[in-house]
Amino acid sequence: MIIQSLRMAFKSILANKMRSLLTMLGVIIGIIAVTVLISIAQGTTSSVTSSIESLGTNLLTVNIRSFRNNSLTVNGLIEFAEKESESIGNVAPIVSQSVTSKAGDITYSEGTLEATVPGYEKIRNLSVEYGRFLTQPDLDNRSYVAVVGTDVADELFGTRNILGEKIRINGYEFSVVGVLAEKGTTVSGSSDNRIIIPFTLGQRLLFSTGIRTFYVSANSPDVVTTAQSVLEEYLNGIFSTSTEVSTSGEISNSAYTVFNQSDMLTTITDTTNTLTLMLGGIAGISLLVGGIGIMNIMLVSVSERTREIGIRKAIGAARGAILIQFLIEAIVVSGLGGIIGLLLSMGLIVILTQALSISLALSPAVAEFAIGFSLLIGIVFGMYPANKASKLTPIDALRYEG
Amino acid sequence: MIDMKEIVKKYQMGSQTVYALNGVTMKISDGEFVAVVGPSGSGKSTLMNIIGCLDVADSGQYELNGKPIAKYSERQLARIRNENIGFIFQGFNLLPNINALENVELPLIYQNLNHSRRKKQALDALERVGLSDRIRHRPGELSGGQQQRVAVARAIAGKPSMILADEPTGNLDTKTGKEIIGLLRELHNQGNTIVLITHDSTIAAQAQRCVYIEDGYVKGGVRT
Repeated sequence: MIIQSLRMAFKSILANKMRSLLTMLGVIIGIIAVTVLISIAQGTTSSVTSSIESLGTNLLTVNIRSFRNNSLTVNGLIEFAEKESESIGNVAPIVSQSVTSKAGDITYSEGTLEATVPGYEKIRNLSVEYGRFLTQPDLDNRSYVAVVGTDVADELFGTRNILGEKIRINGYEFSVVGVLAEKGTTVSGSSDNRIIIPFTLGQRLLFSTGIRTFYVSANSPDVVTTAQSVLEEYLNGIFSTSTEVSTSGEISNSAYTVFNQSDMLTTITDTTNTLTLMLGGIAGISLLVGGIGIMNIMLVSVSERTREIGIRKAIGAARGAILIQFLIEAIVVSGLGGIIGLLLSMGLIVILTQALSISLALSPAVAEFAIGFSLLIGIVFGMYPANKASKLTPIDALRYEG
Repeated sequence: MIDMKEIVKKYQMGSQTVYALNGVTMKISDGEFVAVVGPSGSGKSTLMNIIGCLDVADSGQYELNGKPIAKYSERQLARIRNENIGFIFQGFNLLPNINALENVELPLIYQNLNHSRRKKQALDALERVGLSDRIRHRPGELSGGQQQRVAVARAIAGKPSMILADEPTGNLDTKTGKEIIGLLRELHNQGNTIVLITHDSTIAAQAQRCVYIEDGYVKGGVRT
């Protein structure tokens, strides 16, 4: 009976090819809209989150806002990190500023001077391609040495292995002891324009006193919150005069801010998830319109085929048989539309991936949802016309002159 | 076997009540070839709808093969039509998008017969009406006479106890009309019960017995 209805459905779809195609078009466009938009949203989400993850999800950034009572020292921070080694990995103070650097006659104005300490490379996931990173003696001796990013090397020397070459910044001459591996461009801009020098020297060069910014890495993403609370406790001890206890008992301190990378990741993930849902919802409306198109055509089909319904009923089709026949026809139209739409959106996603150079992928869950939803639309919007067809009385239907 | 007692069927036309059938009593035994004759508006179409279980009487009793029809649900009536009655209509009423064989198979589909049995029965029926060489043709590719033969094949394919023909020659020329009536006589000779509804007394004369209907009443019966 079902197989017979399926055969009948395909026959009547083929009998009205143009009309069936136009009806399906609604579902096809709806399915393409849903799957492609969701894939784009998911692709963007994963590229944003992975670029944030590449910065390190276990990273805490501390900014000191108070000028008073700032008794932070490099050695103090290192001692603190050693004491709290259970949760805290590395600590690195930093002073940074945009600078213009020169080598011979060539000028490079897009560099960022970062004065910091050994361990910074571990916090920021930097790796050294040629030479070495900063060492403790560099710091102690305030040596004029620099570790540079690939952009700096490319721009100033046109090659990357530039160990021993000299670059000039603000009139001081530095010898290059290391070149970093290329990181590429991320959401936060290029990270290959660094010129890293010893922290102690940087303070003198940039007329900076004390520590205004430092990075702390937690040992693993799991202990980030522990690390943060340990860190805040330590900072509250130093900036005790700025500590305020709110009415709810929470301790807040206006002297510093701690920025948690994983909090940001959560926020971004939440935002993009909402965005995905919204896009999917908007696309879903076009699918709904496609469903209404199916209902419209099925209603036309029922009134066109009133006589056929009469004949079938006269020779013994019960209400249920007629209902199933028309329902299956609606499901076949919307299901076929769903499959065609899915195939087209697979193609479109491949093209978009090439054109926009973002990695898009149609997740199986989205594909399953698309097919399932198009079948559901067939059932929902086919039910009313099918029921209408099944309710016709055989005499009236036979008498109908269509 | 048909047994009707005091069948009344009325229609509401605006404020007026029209009695299409006003107490019809008749019997048709198994194996008979009966013509129901009457002018248009006499109520014979209403009578045919009731005999064919397409409609239910307002009052009176109708037993088909000993079963009281008034008590059945729509679903059960569909099944009775499917298994007991073979319809032949004036306008052939074949489905235009499927071929002759598929048209003949239609009532068998609703009997839930399996594919091979269905095909065999449909081919047998088409052979009996002499259309074995036209089974793949769609109704539009057949002449009127051939289409009506397909309809006859469809009526007999399910092996019903009665064949109900409503003006089967109405859309045909005299010669093909005679062929169809000949076919019905042949089916009658093979033991089928046939009820032929017509306004044409020369065609009615081909039946064993005539029942005259006028203004909703049976005016009399004549054995030929």
